[in-house]
This record gives sequence, C-alpha cells and structure tokens, in this order.
Amino acid sequence: MSRQGGVASLLAACDQEPDRLRSLRRMVREQPLGAAGAVVLLIMVLAAIGAPVIAPFDPTQGDASALNSAPNAINWLGTDAFGRDNLSRLIYGARISLLVGVGASLLGVSIGAALGIAATYRGGWADVLTQRLMDALLAFPMLLLALAMAAVLGPSLPNVIVALAMPIVPRAARIARSSVLVLKASTFVEAARATGCSDLRIMLRHILPNTFAPLLVIATAYLGLAIVQEAALDYLGAGIQEPDSSWGLMMSGSATTLALTAPWIVIFPGLAICLTVLATNLLGDAIRDLLDPKLRGK
Amino acid sequence: MLDYIVRRLLIGVVTLCGVAMIVFVVMRVLPGDAAVMLSGAGAGAVSEKELAGVRAKLGLDRALPVQFFDWAGEVAQLRLGTSLRTGNEVTADVARRFPYTLQIVVMAMLIAVLVGVPVGVLSAARAGTWADQLLRALSIGGLAAPSFWVGLLLILALVWLFQWSAPLIWEPFWISPWKSLTQLFWPALAVGLRQLALIARMTRSIMLEVLGEDYIRTARAKGLSEWAVVMHHGLRNGLLPVVTLIGFEVSALFGGLIVTETVFSVPGLGQYVVSAILNRDYPAAQGIVLILAGIVVLGNLGVDLLYGWLDPRTRVQAGER
Repeated sequence: MSRQGGVASLLAACDQEPDRLRSLRRMVREQPLGAAGAVVLLIMVLAAIGAPVIAPFDPTQGDASALNSAPNAINWLGTDAFGRDNLSRLIYGARISLLVGVGASLLGVSIGAALGIAATYRGGWADVLTQRLMDALLAFPMLLLALAMAAVLGPSLPNVIVALAMPIVPRAARIARSSVLVLKASTFVEAARATGCSDLRIMLRHILPNTFAPLLVIATAYLGLAIVQEAALDYLGAGIQEPDSSWGLMMSGSATTLALTAPWIVIFPGLAICLTVLATNLLGDAIRDLLDPKLRGK
Repeated sequence: MLDYIVRRLLIGVVTLCGVAMIVFVVMRVLPGDAAVMLSGAGAGAVSEKELAGVRAKLGLDRALPVQFFDWAGEVAQLRLGTSLRTGNEVTADVARRFPYTLQIVVMAMLIAVLVGVPVGVLSAARAGTWADQLLRALSIGGLAAPSFWVGLLLILALVWLFQWSAPLIWEPFWISPWKSLTQLFWPALAVGLRQLALIARMTRSIMLEVLGEDYIRTARAKGLSEWAVVMHHGLRNGLLPVVTLIGFEVSALFGGLIVTETVFSVPGLGQYVVSAILNRDYPAAQGIVLILAGIVVLGNLGVDLLYGWLDPRTRVQAGER
C-alpha cells in the first residue's frame, strides 16, 4: 500500500462512524429483501433470548380447564392437548430451532471446511481418500443420515446438533475443495511458500480467508435446512423430547385427529419454520450477491 | 466416451463401498454393545455369560474388519438378514414396500416437472409482470415450507373439505391403478412441492439467460411467433441443467419422503426405515439405508452418463480434470 493510501485510510478510520452508517444504508437500499430477512431473524433471536420475559405463560405448565382451546384473547394462538399455551411454546421453541440451526450449520461447515482445505492443499492420496469418503457421505439423503445419527447417539440437544451437522460436512468440504484448487495454484500462495511459510500458516492465513465467502453463503443456506430437519427429527421422535418445546414437537401427533380438534396446533409452528427459513434464505441470497457482484440481479 | 463411462462406473463402485462402510460404522459400531440391545433388556439385566453367548452367535466377538467383510458378503448376495420387529426377511419387506415408494417418487417428480417447468417458462417469458412476481413469491415460499408440514396441511384441508381419513388399505398400483393413483396423489404432492418450486426457479433463471442469447434475437427477427421462439429455441436449450437438477434432487426427495410417508402412514420404504431406526431394528435399518443410498449413487451415475451423452462438452471437461 502506498503512503498516500495509508493516510487516506487513516483519515477514513477517523471518520468511521458515519461512514459505516452510510454503507449500511446502501446495503439496505441494494438488498431490501435481505435486510428484511435480517430484521426478522434479529427479532426471532431477541424473542428466543428474552423468552422468559416475553412468553405470557410457562410453556410446560398446562391449564386443565382449557384443553385444545382455539385462539382467543388470553391464549393468542390457542392451547394444546395438555392446556399449554401455544404462543409461549412457540417462543421457547425458537430457542431450540435457532440454537440447533446455527450450531449444526457452524459445526458442519467448520469441519467440512477444515477437511476440504487440509486434504485438497495436501493433495495426493489424502485428497483422493477424503473425496471418496465425502462422495459416500453425499449418497445419504440428508435427513436419513441425520435420523440414523440422532437415533444412535440418543436424543439430546448436543446430539441433535451433531447429527444434523453430519450431512453438512461433505457438502461444505466440496465447496471448500473447489476454491482451494484455484487458490493452490495462485501466485500469492506460491509467494508465501517461497518466503518459507509453513503449510499450516499458508492454509490458515492465506487460503482460509479466501474461501470464507462461499462458505458463508452455504452456511446460511444450511442454517435454514437444519432448522427444517430439526423439526422433522422432533416430529419423528428422534430429536428434542417432551416437556421441552420445539416447533417440530408441537406438530407431532395424529394430523387427522388434530384436524378435527385443534388445527391451529399444526399451523402456527409450521408458519414459524417457514418464516425463519424464508428469512435465512433471503439473507443468504443478499450475502451472496454482496460478496459476488457477478451474481447480482439473478 | 467409453473411457468416461468406465471411469464413472469405477468411481460409483468405490462410492458404494464407502457407503457400506459408513452404514456399518454408524449402525454397528457406534451404538455400543449390540448384544445388549438385541437381547431386548437394559444393561445389567442379562448375565455376562448369556451376553457372550449372544455375541458369539451373532459373530460380534470377532474383529471388526472380519465382521464388515462378512456382512458385505451377505449384502452382495442380497441377503439382508431378518427384521427384528416383523420377523420377515428384510428383502421380503422391502419388495412389498418398495412399489409404493417408487410410485410416490415418480408421481412427485411428474408433478414437479409438469407444473414447475411451465411455471418457470411463463415466469421468464413474462419477466417483471405481476404474474412473474406472484409466481416467484410462491416458489420462494414453497422452498421455505417443510414437506412434512405441507403434508400435514394437506391432511387438514382434506379432512375439512372431504371428511378424508387415512386409507386403511393402500392399493398397490397393479391391482387397482386408478385408486392407487388417487390415494398416493396427496403424499406425492407434499413431497413434490419443494422440487416444483426449485425447478420453477431454476427454469426461470435459465430461460432468462437463454432468451437473452443472439440466436433468440435471430429467431424473433425472422418473424417466428413468440410461442415458437420460447418453446423451440429457448426451452430446448434451457432444459439440460434442469435434467441434472432432477437427477440430483432424487436424494432430497428421499429425505422428504421418509417423513411424509410417516405423516400419511403410507406403508412404503420411508416409513419402514423410520420405524426400523427408531425401534433399533438394526438389520432392517442398515439394509434399507444401504438400499436408499445405493439408489442415490446409481441415480447420480445415471445423470452423469446421461449428461455426458446429451452435452459433449462435459465429457471433454471431465477428461481434462
């Protein structure tokens, strides 16, 4: 960087606050849908954190005098078969959905990226072996692999996160591999090697930061998918267990019976999932567009 | 071309071996002592000596690699063992249930393609109009909705509108085709909706790209009707990526299928594998997981070969890689 450039960036740093605000405003203008998604997610995160304060009732405490009641002034979204308030269960359920979604996607993408970067950078048999293993993992339908892992590990929050992270690993590894292949052949990596950087240093300081953009994009994509699959695991009975409340758990039970007694029990958690996934997808699209101008407008 | 086919087949075989190894590790090694589980009692309820007897009988006392090759040998001869729950040969159970699953997959794909492609083409041909906006919003929503929830909503609607109840007997297709089609239409719709949205979105973006090409302008300039331009010159060139998408989506379809079959209580493979996994029926679970993953591998292989045949450019690129 030239001295002039250094001075300019120093000056810019002094004037940082309004500058950041301006760039934020520009992002909102360019990606209004992405900004809307971010706002929805922010509200959900706040609701999840503040659940004990916000939720009108205790999500585990049933009111025996109001079983399966329809939405009304007291229980805005009605009650379930145990007389528990659906709105409170929905708010507490957001904790599990968001925690599992973020946890599984971060864990899966991190492990996948580490494997993909290390194996591809090494090349040779390590690369071939990893690739074949990832191919084999990719052959399993995501939910099937997660279900088998969850059943084998046993139902608990950390186990559900691990089970859902598992199918994300090969997909992240594949993305990481394709960018590392390009980076490995680039001049700056060669230069780093020539100056005597260790392999570990090259991977961490020169390659990892450059794979960050595509990894961030798939992390948001799998965040939504993990939330949907977590709900599916709970619905099937392999995930979070009663009396904890999660969106998938709220929907379990016979649909034909619920249709006649309390259809709202099925409808609202599903809407919550749709809204969350929609918000993460919109945010993910916006991030992708901001990171890669070539894709803009598609 | 032959070289390409052989290489793809070899990779497919290696992948299948990897799949078998993963199934073996997840289903046999991770769960801990299978003997305790199989004897049906909690730890401590059975004496050590009895357990050793069970282990010897099941061959669990031998080294893991030996066990693996033993099991793989059985699988290679299509012997998947006996289900602990139904007491039937797993292969017999699979044979009875597979037709339902196959029918749902085919119907779901047909729904997705027959509706998704026209929606995408219409959306692209009318890009920017309110119809396009509406279709795009619907497909984004369709991508966000979990398929099992769509299934639940369908059941709610069916119960309200037609006093529907889950069929006690699901007719096999070859006995009464029409009844079977109407019975499995709803589960297939629930499973296919996500693929429909995906195909519509993809078709739209590909068609937009294709419709901007020079040869489309030429076709318009020589006075062809808009219909002929879009269908003959646009869609033909845009369909290839959609074919690939359909191939790779089979794996995602199975994912949606296993919950949706449970939601509708369709006696297919999906419902079978879910209850086998949840009830720790390991012979059945590992057999079916292996079959489903095998189908995905073969499906991907098929798509790769089909793609190589349809588009010669990929062959060259694959050869260079």
